[in-house]
Amino acid sequence: MNAADQKILVIGGGMSGLTAALEAAEAGTQVILVEKEPYLGGRVAQLHRYFPKLCPPTCGLEINFRRIRENPNITFYTLAEVTQISGSAGNFDVTVTLKPRYVNDRCVACNACAEACPAERVNTFNYGLDKTKAAYLPYDMAFPFKYVIDPEACVGDCGQKCKEACAYEAIELDMQPQTLNFQVGAIVLSGGWELYDISQADNLGFGRVKNVITNMQMERLAASNGPTGGKILRPSDGAAPKKVAFVQCAGSRDENHLPYCSYICCMASLKQATYLLEQDPEAEAHIYYIDLRCPGRYEQFLWKVRDMAGVKLIRGKIAKVEQEVGSDNVVVTAENTLGEGKLTAAYDLVVLAVGMVPSTKNAPLPLPLSYTPEGFIIPELLPDGITAVGSMKSPLDVAKSVQEGTGAALKSLISLGGR
Amino acid sequence: MALEERKYAAYLCKGCGIGAALNFESLAKITKKEGKIPEVKEHDILCSPDGLEMIRKDMAEGFNCLLIAACSPRVKYEEFDFPGTLVERVNLRELVAWTQEPNEEPTQMLAEDYIRMGAAKLKKADLPEPWQTEPISKTILVIGGGAAGLSAALTAARQGYPVVLVEKEAQLGGYGAKLYKSTPTGYPYSALVDSPVHALVKEVVAEPKIKVMTGTELVQCAGQPGLLDVTVSRGGEEETFRAGAIVLAAGWRPYDASKLDKLGYGLSPDVVTNVELEEMARKGKITRPSDGKAPQQVVFIQCAGSRDPEHLPYCSDFCCATSLKQALYVRQQNPEAVAMILYKDMRVPGVAELFYKEAQSDPGVMLTKAEVTQVEPRGGKLLVKATDSLLGQNVAFEADLVVLATGMVPATADNPVLNLDYRQGPGLPDLELYNGFADSNFICFQYETRRTAIYAAGAVRQAMRMPAAIEDGAGAAMKAIQALQHIEAGVAVHPRAWDITFPDPFMQRCTQCKRCTEECPFGAIEEDEKGTPFYKINRCRRCATCMGACPERIVNFKDYSVDIIGSMIKALEVPEIEDEEDPKAPFMIVGLVCENDAYPALDALAQHRLKLPPNIRFIPLRCMGSFNLVWVSDALSRGVDGLVLLGCKYGDDYQCHFAKGSELCAYRLTKLSETLDKLGLEADRVQQFQIAISEFDRLPSLLQEFVDRVREIGPNPFKEM
Repeated sequence: MNAADQKILVIGGGMSGLTAALEAAEAGTQVILVEKEPYLGGRVAQLHRYFPKLCPPTCGLEINFRRIRENPNITFYTLAEVTQISGSAGNFDVTVTLKPRYVNDRCVACNACAEACPAERVNTFNYGLDKTKAAYLPYDMAFPFKYVIDPEACVGDCGQKCKEACAYEAIELDMQPQTLNFQVGAIVLSGGWELYDISQADNLGFGRVKNVITNMQMERLAASNGPTGGKILRPSDGAAPKKVAFVQCAGSRDENHLPYCSYICCMASLKQATYLLEQDPEAEAHIYYIDLRCPGRYEQFLWKVRDMAGVKLIRGKIAKVEQEVGSDNVVVTAENTLGEGKLTAAYDLVVLAVGMVPSTKNAPLPLPLSYTPEGFIIPELLPDGITAVGSMKSPLDVAKSVQEGTGAALKSLISLGGR
Repeated sequence: MALEERKYAAYLCKGCGIGAALNFESLAKITKKEGKIPEVKEHDILCSPDGLEMIRKDMAEGFNCLLIAACSPRVKYEEFDFPGTLVERVNLRELVAWTQEPNEEPTQMLAEDYIRMGAAKLKKADLPEPWQTEPISKTILVIGGGAAGLSAALTAARQGYPVVLVEKEAQLGGYGAKLYKSTPTGYPYSALVDSPVHALVKEVVAEPKIKVMTGTELVQCAGQPGLLDVTVSRGGEEETFRAGAIVLAAGWRPYDASKLDKLGYGLSPDVVTNVELEEMARKGKITRPSDGKAPQQVVFIQCAGSRDPEHLPYCSDFCCATSLKQALYVRQQNPEAVAMILYKDMRVPGVAELFYKEAQSDPGVMLTKAEVTQVEPRGGKLLVKATDSLLGQNVAFEADLVVLATGMVPATADNPVLNLDYRQGPGLPDLELYNGFADSNFICFQYETRRTAIYAAGAVRQAMRMPAAIEDGAGAAMKAIQALQHIEAGVAVHPRAWDITFPDPFMQRCTQCKRCTEECPFGAIEEDEKGTPFYKINRCRRCATCMGACPERIVNFKDYSVDIIGSMIKALEVPEIEDEEDPKAPFMIVGLVCENDAYPALDALAQHRLKLPPNIRFIPLRCMGSFNLVWVSDALSRGVDGLVLLGCKYGDDYQCHFAKGSELCAYRLTKLSETLDKLGLEADRVQQFQIAISEFDRLPSLLQEFVDRVREIGPNPFKEM
């Protein structure tokens, strides 16, 4: 096969995968991008703002989606999973399975199906903080801008109300999975990350103690397209919290859970303290940390937040998080490592700065790859023609994901044989 | 497209509630009569296979200028993409049907105005043809032969691009070549390894497509991307060659430790920097400079200069891992020695944590958090005083040798390095925002600079460790290659990487006012010796800031010009206001909005079915920097009552993807109030707001308040004229 005709497959449509796909496509190469969710954008689509600029991720996504719209070199598939890969550099044979969306390309995103649908599902985009109908749009700026039906939530006995409601013949409840085959010359692995299941850390109370949430739930609470319309309200009673504790290294840097540092959590909590204080300048944000890891010029963001009234940075490892007796408040006990002994304080809301787990930990790729015990890909042991980017290799932030995605595009072009 | 070739057709979609909200008979009449489009067709679902078939049939019959009045141009883009055909999308769904009361008069008036504006634009716009550049050089100039530069050179060359690698030192490798060992670069992330730079140097030297120039300084880069004339000096001899794009990987230098006398540097020879200790280790023995003895007790002081507003207001990223590494050197050399690291926060993020754990497991490596206050010579030894330690409030440590973990100063901190022969200056703009680093302002677009086809990589861009710098070199090389491809094809580079239009000024009317040359965020416009501006098109990003800046309105793009937007405004049907107290009085407002942020926010607002005031006619702009003041006169002289401008956020954390658009727009507005005063018009009639793309929920009240303010001021007195 002529190198110029060869394609690159990018597995994962989050920030690093989108970047790799677009940079390669804008360099004139055919790219196939597959994403398992019904939308592109990955985790960043769920963030309210980026650190340290406090700008909305949808701004950069809008440009990236427009780059896709305008670029004929990219073909993307959502609800797509790679089920088989064989061959070697320059000549990979890839099988992709498309889960049925049950909504075809005629969908105009008018919302009629969702209005008619009687069934509900837990809203995974909002980390379970609310529900959507079984027929739903993943989020208000989803790309592609198309509804999807969750087959697990669809009760199927309502008499096909969604189909009846759709004036555009867009609902296909008998849609079947599809199998696609591609020949590609190079592959980029950009499967991204998931939050660690922090309910495994008994002492942190998640799932048992009311008003203990994760950092990603905090992002959704602060986002104007989130479950509360952007108001930070605690789950138990919908009250606006006055005093919030942020628990750093929730799972990370802990031999019993994740032995590594998850890179983003310090900056994320500092950022979330600004969300809280923007909504209520009288509120208090107490951040319990081991080390504040704000590399490079992120340092200045640390200074900015540290100097805000209401912010307190407390060096201490959290021993336990418990329900306050007789209230919805949460009591946090910490070992202050700066010699002040044990600290106990009550909070309206506790945010766990939960660490990241590579998606390959729970869903390894159909490839004979070498993983660390934590599930990260070992890049130096990857076969020729395959590049891993972003949080596949080590936890990192959006900026670093973009850097790696850009470099991976060139490495993939090179493995196609150069031109 | 020549006038006689143009064949117009309009398609009005009734789907998604548009048909139920509007009177289509009247809409079709307006399209024909006022829009002057003879062929008007309606369809219940225009994006359906049947609707598209109808359009394609017409195209086969020669219709080539199409008005598509349906949904937002941000959706159904594949369906309504007809290459080689002029298409103007009119957004009757998001901006009318989903955000207005159905079948009300103001709603109908709004839809009709959108049709008028769309038709006006279709008449004036034309199909673009790409800029034809003279044959370009595909050579990539890499400045700096350290880890990032080596990686950039190697990856670019392997992709087939010739590279000239310029290094000012006599040898390649930068600091990476001066290491005894490197911190871990791969699994299991716990063992010291040989510096990866040595292998890179070998590969670069062996690569025939790379020309290595060591002992060479960059004197000047003149011209424009694809056609850069690069002058270098080697041993006093100058040489000029052609290059197309640049990777700036000029690296870093250690912070000047002599400024750290509080930490004992200069007071005792036994206070050394991490760079000096590395040198000792590489030469084979770590000793005390004062007496040549091997130290028993070595104290490392982290953040020596870094994280300090008096010195370096940032974290230098590499120093924590480096001190852990050097502590292991001390222990390996002398198993009896103790290495103590005093840190503010131990910063070894990601899997580098595993290296930290490895070092912690060595009983001779002691780590404690501490703020070091002073280092003093004391009886042949050194006394390190600290507070806030894990061991107590005020503590002192005795040391045979103190190592200062000094930080990074980027090469661009006080030197433009690039030496560009550009009217706007020799270096990259905005560096002060990043403490002298040649960084990008965009989290999502890490390699963006304000100089086209020049991309920074490695420690000159951000404080980073060597493995990251190697990755970074490949990223910058990718962007450089892509820029060359786009420039050769006459296509813009990021963020309009699809755009083949370019500015085509009507120079006879230029008054040499220099506004375009000064305001261009990318330094794309130069001046000849008479002061007449001329474009270096290959530097241009097509933001159209020049079009907004020009008081003579001479800058045009094929599908975007002062005249096109002006014609859209002039096409509006401005009704008389009979009773200004009537809450439904048809006050008319033009909304000029950034197409990347405010316009999608309007779409999102529609998706949430929030309401918009029916008074505002929105027109998307490429960038608010292209806002031309003449549009205000165009609007006000027609009787429009107010203009609202929605741009992105500006300031140090600006969100404008063309860097300055929203800010320049605000600046131009400051010049406007005088003019309005002279005309006896109230300055409040024209207002700009900063809106992020996510702030759709702010828009309804913000816009309603603006409409109310205009209502309060009263009708535009020019309406009757």
